Amino acid sequence: MAILSKDDAQAILKKVLSYSTADACTVGLSGRTAGNIRYARNSVSTAGAQDTVSLTVESSFGKRSGIATCNEFDDATLRRCVQRAEEIAHLAPESPEYMPPLGPQTYLNPPSAATTPLTPAGRAQAAADSMTLCAAKNLAAAGFLDGGTRFTALRNSKGLEAYQQSTNTDFSVTVRTPDGRGSGYAIADVTDVSKLNTKALTQRAADKATGSLNAKAIEPGKYTVILEPAALMAGDDLSLLGGLMYGLDARSADEGRSFMTKKGGGNRKGEKLFDERINIYSDPMNAEVPGQAFDGDGLPARRMNWVEKGVVKNLYYSRFWAEKNKVAPTPFPSGFIMAGGTQSTAELIKGTAKGILVTRLWYIREVDPQTLLYTGLTRDGTFYIENGAIKFPIKNLRFNESPIIMLNNIEAIGRPVRLAGCLVPPLKIRDFTFTSLSDAI
Amino acid sequence: MNRRNFVGLTGLATGALLLPHFPGMGGTLVDPARLLEPGLDVAAKKRLADAALNAAKSAGASYADVRIGRYLNQSIFTREKQVQNIASGESFGAGVRVIANGSWGFGATNNVSDAGLAQAAKLAVAMAKANAKTQKESVNLAPQKGYGEVSWKTPIKQNAFEVPVAQKAELLLAANAAALANGANFVNSSLFQVNEQKYFASTDGSYIDQDIHRIWPTFSVTAIDRASGKFKTRDALSSPMGLGYEYLTPLAADKVAGPAGTGLIGYRNSYDILEDAALAARQAKAKLTATSVLAGKYDLVLDPNHLGLTIHESIGHPLELDRVLGYEANYAGTSFATLEWRKKNIPYGSKQITIVADKLQPGSLGAVGYDDEGVKTKEWTLIDQGKLIDYEKIRDQAHIVGQTASDGCCYADSWDSVQFQRMPNVSLRPGTAKMSVDDMISGVDKGIYIAGRGSYSIDQQRYNFQFGGQVFYAIEKGKITGMLDDVAYQANTQEFWNSCVAVCDQSDYRLFGSFFDGKGQPSQVSAVSHGSATSRFNAVNVINTGRKIG
Repeated sequence: MAILSKDDAQAILKKVLSYSTADACTVGLSGRTAGNIRYARNSVSTAGAQDTVSLTVESSFGKRSGIATCNEFDDATLRRCVQRAEEIAHLAPESPEYMPPLGPQTYLNPPSAATTPLTPAGRAQAAADSMTLCAAKNLAAAGFLDGGTRFTALRNSKGLEAYQQSTNTDFSVTVRTPDGRGSGYAIADVTDVSKLNTKALTQRAADKATGSLNAKAIEPGKYTVILEPAALMAGDDLSLLGGLMYGLDARSADEGRSFMTKKGGGNRKGEKLFDERINIYSDPMNAEVPGQAFDGDGLPARRMNWVEKGVVKNLYYSRFWAEKNKVAPTPFPSGFIMAGGTQSTAELIKGTAKGILVTRLWYIREVDPQTLLYTGLTRDGTFYIENGAIKFPIKNLRFNESPIIMLNNIEAIGRPVRLAGCLVPPLKIRDFTFTSLSDAI
Repeated sequence: MNRRNFVGLTGLATGALLLPHFPGMGGTLVDPARLLEPGLDVAAKKRLADAALNAAKSAGASYADVRIGRYLNQSIFTREKQVQNIASGESFGAGVRVIANGSWGFGATNNVSDAGLAQAAKLAVAMAKANAKTQKESVNLAPQKGYGEVSWKTPIKQNAFEVPVAQKAELLLAANAAALANGANFVNSSLFQVNEQKYFASTDGSYIDQDIHRIWPTFSVTAIDRASGKFKTRDALSSPMGLGYEYLTPLAADKVAGPAGTGLIGYRNSYDILEDAALAARQAKAKLTATSVLAGKYDLVLDPNHLGLTIHESIGHPLELDRVLGYEANYAGTSFATLEWRKKNIPYGSKQITIVADKLQPGSLGAVGYDDEGVKTKEWTLIDQGKLIDYEKIRDQAHIVGQTASDGCCYADSWDSVQFQRMPNVSLRPGTAKMSVDDMISGVDKGIYIAGRGSYSIDQQRYNFQFGGQVFYAIEKGKITGMLDDVAYQANTQEFWNSCVAVCDQSDYRLFGSFFDGKGQPSQVSAVSHGSATSRFNAVNVINTGRKIG
């Protein structure tokens, strides 16, 4: 059944709600039809397909809630799922943080893709385009392509109804020289799969691989860096900007355990924490990175400024924390947009007297939540820049840096590009702290 | 940014609405009582498995295996005085893997019937034949004898699912109360429990029924100084284990005293969560006023509950043969320890370093009777007195290093995941000479003692790493002199393991565990243990991680 239309999904949810005997009930239905292909050493290693639909029922009696799920949709199974949620609710302790379901809401209608996702043959061809290019150049490609369509529908006993369908395809490739002395990387994610060109992306990774041969060691220390978007945001791991955005949570700040905590109590909302050129917002209606129209509670997503001219304008407030603090809840967005200028990465390089170009950062972990100090390493293409041009590849380096300090040391902001469902510009930053060298390639 | 990560922060993590899989644990959310219901009986599973194997052979497979899996889990989350969430999950289905025309293919279904499994088998064969068109080299599978009908069970004393949920939640709340009574401002605690009921059959003639249990109680305590805005945390010093609920019944015989002056206690096969939570609160508070470390070279004395992660990242991962060969290049990375590097006979570590891999140690997360491609598990040596001698392999990799048998390292985290090479338990042999932690510390002039799992990061070829910890103590002239903070050490894998000068004896040996180790695309988790005794490493580079933000 996989991707259900709004009417079909709501019909199931309506039926499920009719079985409820609880004080309040929220039901969600979500599904994904997708496929992936993985390859390494220029050969396909695994390929898979996914076609799943899952129903979630949350039933509440007073402040006691229970959740059950199922993935079969005959009437008997649906009834059992509701009964199970209600049985679990009766056994559950009262939750002091319980919030009753929301009433009806009005939602935006984010733009959707004009094309359908790739078929298995299409995925195989996209991978073949990447592998063939590398085999012809005696390079080794390892890549992963995963894409499909998903839908999400919500309905509750207070009359809330929500539905959204979206498509997304992610692709990444690492190209290595046969002697293991050069490595390059490229990544892209698209809503409209006709915009995905695995051959061009593989060419970019191949150029970085061959360009990174014979890397020289430089002394660790503070350097001007140009961080490409893939060095700032990652879809599958912690990242410098992603980690910062996760941290804008009102509750942890108010509780006193966040970099957003104010001395003496409270949070730092309204304070200027970054360079005044920093503007970060979310907008579910953005044509290039359409977002989710609602969160799991059914709260509608709207355009929201998080950082404006370096000032933190908003923090995330859950419904519980918002009510406790008598403010409007602000859901966590499905992606964010960092505003930038018009310069490409190449143009930023041209304007740099001395510096380091970083393709990608890797294995980023939080070292100190108090200052949001992170450590991690450069990977898959690190180059020394002199007099506006790339001079030579350099060995990889470990950094210890806080995105809060980093966003105060801005030299230039480039043109944003899509990455991991966000729009992220390349950034030129002074005094970025590298603490040791790595022999990794 | 990963959409799933976003969802995890929207409050759904506690509500689990819209999430077909609860984070990290998976399955359909069910009543806790369901976790005690028996699954299919062995005879039914054998009949279904034969249906799959026959369908695969008829469709043209030269080899086939089938895994019928019932994966059960339960997680309980609390904070301070409240239970935040209790989720019980069940996932039931079957995966069929085949070789046809020399290539692998895989199909999975949650329709566990003769027809459903036959369909999955046919899908797997069709996929293998499609993959064969671009495959340059045929799969070369190490021979494996069939074991007939056999079974294996984790030797647990009490199935954690038999303990009422309320009793388990009360224990966590009692740990929270102990932390709050000892000065904590906040405490989050959780209990993860897993039971894998797996049936494996292959065209080699094996029919293997296994019942595997794992458990992980853990918490994080936060202490706050409102006036300065400073906060510090201290996480539990428990270890995820391949044990039942008996792990939470503390036995005096399982406790190992930490160094004099620290109050620390190490835990072997049972854990005292109340004792550790109380100590954690006192230590988190003490961290608020601890001395910020002076960067420089120090001799490090590392507790097994810390060293396990260093072993995991800098020995366990680089010796995974799929990484060595480049199959993980796009995500987890490759390895410095290539086949060519091994030939050079460069010492991986000092003479003190003997590293064994195993899937056998009682109580360990990796312990199973047979792996997920039907290979009986064993113990083997990876590094012998500093010299690299072997890797971690599965059946289609053995021939690459001139061997004729798998090491039994194949694992899939679900019936619908393709099994692949995962890390076995990888452990440091304890020293043969009698030596306690206090004996070891008495010989250190300027050093730091570190316990607990902290921040960790390592490059994609496993050369350069940086590790933090949970608690740090200064050692001066052979004695612990006080608590330190802002400590992290940076090292190169070979330099670090070559700087090891002593390992405590067997009496200090304990297991560290990783419950959610991630690898592969799409990512799969696995659980693995690392045993060691407290060890000393000389002249390691320590950095100060304290910073000031505006």
